[in-house]
Amino acid sequence: MTTIKSLEDLKKLREQALEKRKAKSASGSTQVIVAMGTCGIAAGARDTMKAILETIEKEGISDIIVTQTGCIGLCEREPIVQVVVGENPKVTYGKVTPEVARQIMHDHIQNGKIVENHVIPM
Amino acid sequence: MKHTRAMVLVSGDPLSLERGAMDVYNRLQDEIKAFGIDQEVNVTLVPELGRHDAAPLVVVYPEAVIYGPVKPENVHYLVEEHLYKGRVAAELQASVKELSGKIAWLTARKGTLPAEQRIVLERAGLIDPTSVEDYIVHDGYQALGKVLAEMKPTDVIDLVSKSGLRGRGGAGFPTGTKWGFVAKAPGSPKYVICNADESEPGTFKDRLLLEGDPHCLVEAMVIAAYAVGASEGYIYVRGEYSLAQERLHLAILQAKEMGFLGKNIFNTDFSFDLHIHSGAGAYICGEETALIESIEGKTGQPRSRPPFPTTHGLWGKPTLVNNVETLANIPAIIRHGAEWYRSFGTPSSPGTKVYTILGNVNMTGLIEVPMGITLREVITIYAKGMKDGKAFKFAQTGGSSGSVIPASLQDTPMDFDSFNKAGVSLGSGALLICNEDNCVVDMAKVLLNFFRKESCGKCNPCRIGCQRSWEILNAISEGRGKMEDLPVLMELSANLANLSNCGLGQTAGTPIHDILTHFRAEVEAHIRLKVCPAGVCRMREKVLR
Repeated sequence: MTTIKSLEDLKKLREQALEKRKAKSASGSTQVIVAMGTCGIAAGARDTMKAILETIEKEGISDIIVTQTGCIGLCEREPIVQVVVGENPKVTYGKVTPEVARQIMHDHIQNGKIVENHVIPM
Repeated sequence: MKHTRAMVLVSGDPLSLERGAMDVYNRLQDEIKAFGIDQEVNVTLVPELGRHDAAPLVVVYPEAVIYGPVKPENVHYLVEEHLYKGRVAAELQASVKELSGKIAWLTARKGTLPAEQRIVLERAGLIDPTSVEDYIVHDGYQALGKVLAEMKPTDVIDLVSKSGLRGRGGAGFPTGTKWGFVAKAPGSPKYVICNADESEPGTFKDRLLLEGDPHCLVEAMVIAAYAVGASEGYIYVRGEYSLAQERLHLAILQAKEMGFLGKNIFNTDFSFDLHIHSGAGAYICGEETALIESIEGKTGQPRSRPPFPTTHGLWGKPTLVNNVETLANIPAIIRHGAEWYRSFGTPSSPGTKVYTILGNVNMTGLIEVPMGITLREVITIYAKGMKDGKAFKFAQTGGSSGSVIPASLQDTPMDFDSFNKAGVSLGSGALLICNEDNCVVDMAKVLLNFFRKESCGKCNPCRIGCQRSWEILNAISEGRGKMEDLPVLMELSANLANLSNCGLGQTAGTPIHDILTHFRAEVEAHIRLKVCPAGVCRMREKVLR
């Protein structure tokens, strides 16, 4: 990693990162974000994460990034999973058990159909 | 309390009533019924909404639009436009200049979730906490760059003072003033400590920030260190927060690699090093001087104050101790300025506050809203009403060391000064909402049991006071209480508050004082009639009548 020496360095780094991101979403790649705060993990986010990773491996889904984030304050609806497909707006799912995760992977990511009954309107 | 889509508040202070608030209130109910939306909209007359210049006021939530002065003949239009059609009736809005005060408006989120204003939690749950790049993309470390490149330490302190930021740990001490004390204190080196020993039962706001946005805290601490002239810092993290510690460790490593920590940050003469110190599960170590003792490797017992840590802190050197939430406000204040920050909240308590909602409500979790929102609003809007439609009886704010707020005080704006005036305290921001099935004696008993175990035992009022209070409450809850116990309890509570050495003892008596002030009849029922009105306490002796 490069050392940041000035505000200009920081701005440059930020621009570069933004560019990278834009290129990624323009190419239509998918991002899956699992909320992994303590509340999420307690509600079973690790199992959900595992199910997502297993599905990716089994189905051979490519061009997909799985990342984690903290809690967004809706502890009641954990585990929460957010899905961004290409340049589409982010879809937030609540109470994502491993089964629901597999359904999301199949319906939303592979077939482009949002799993409506688990969506949290944001 | 049923769940409604919108809530309308009408100001009912004497001036508003004189100017026809009652007519407006009655008219509102009629109109809402006429439009057939009375099942979806809740209208309430509240004692005080501020903004006397525009009385009578009508405030519509969740959008938090303030209308005023509203005349009875305006009501039809207001209901039709805002509540029926869903547009803001702009002509009736109170003028914007006068608005900067009481209730700040919230940036509405689309969809059904109620609006929040996120400053502290701006990025939590949005970014990947393990990626510094993600933080930088979301404006991270820009505030630090700005401070080091363009500002002198005194400028930073001035800006923080101007923003009016007050400590979010519970006491509400002005942050800029505290920074000024440390900066002026003689002695070197100086230290910056972040108090992340969040042990108040029911509070988890700091955990969310530490887990979701650790770099924000690192950035804020470097800024604070620059402002007060410190060269070393500690984050004292609660021992149970293993995930938070893990992510903070990673964040510090990344920040060191990128040059945001360590020697000559941003190519300036300023160097700063940051350490994590893990707590070991003692509640008392959340008290700042006990926390300092603990970092020094001693038993976590509070010191006598004064001298305060600002002059004699860690290793006897000037030390700044701030709460996580307080520090997390700093980068945003530096990026956007003091004026911007003051546009949220109330004039005496600007900004937002993070509340953790728990108890007998439909939606538990965490919200960040401007200071000055009332408990009623939190319960109806954010918590989506009481569970099973039961009645709201009391709330406990700020974990165990906070106050008991009866239903009659639920329209008090939640900011430091309004709460002080009402004789209650805001504490750390936990809101434990209790319904009619909870017994106040039982609750006080549980709290005093907690304090009696957590008291460090250094000073008599706390060590003996907590134990005795618990014994008496225990007796009352079992039907063994005597009327003579009540004045003793009051005295114990006053002694705890006035004579204890530190915050633990000083607040331990609050629940006793509060229940005897607000719920005396219920306590007396336990003693005189040997019954628990809520049906919680199990009486030992059968009473023959």
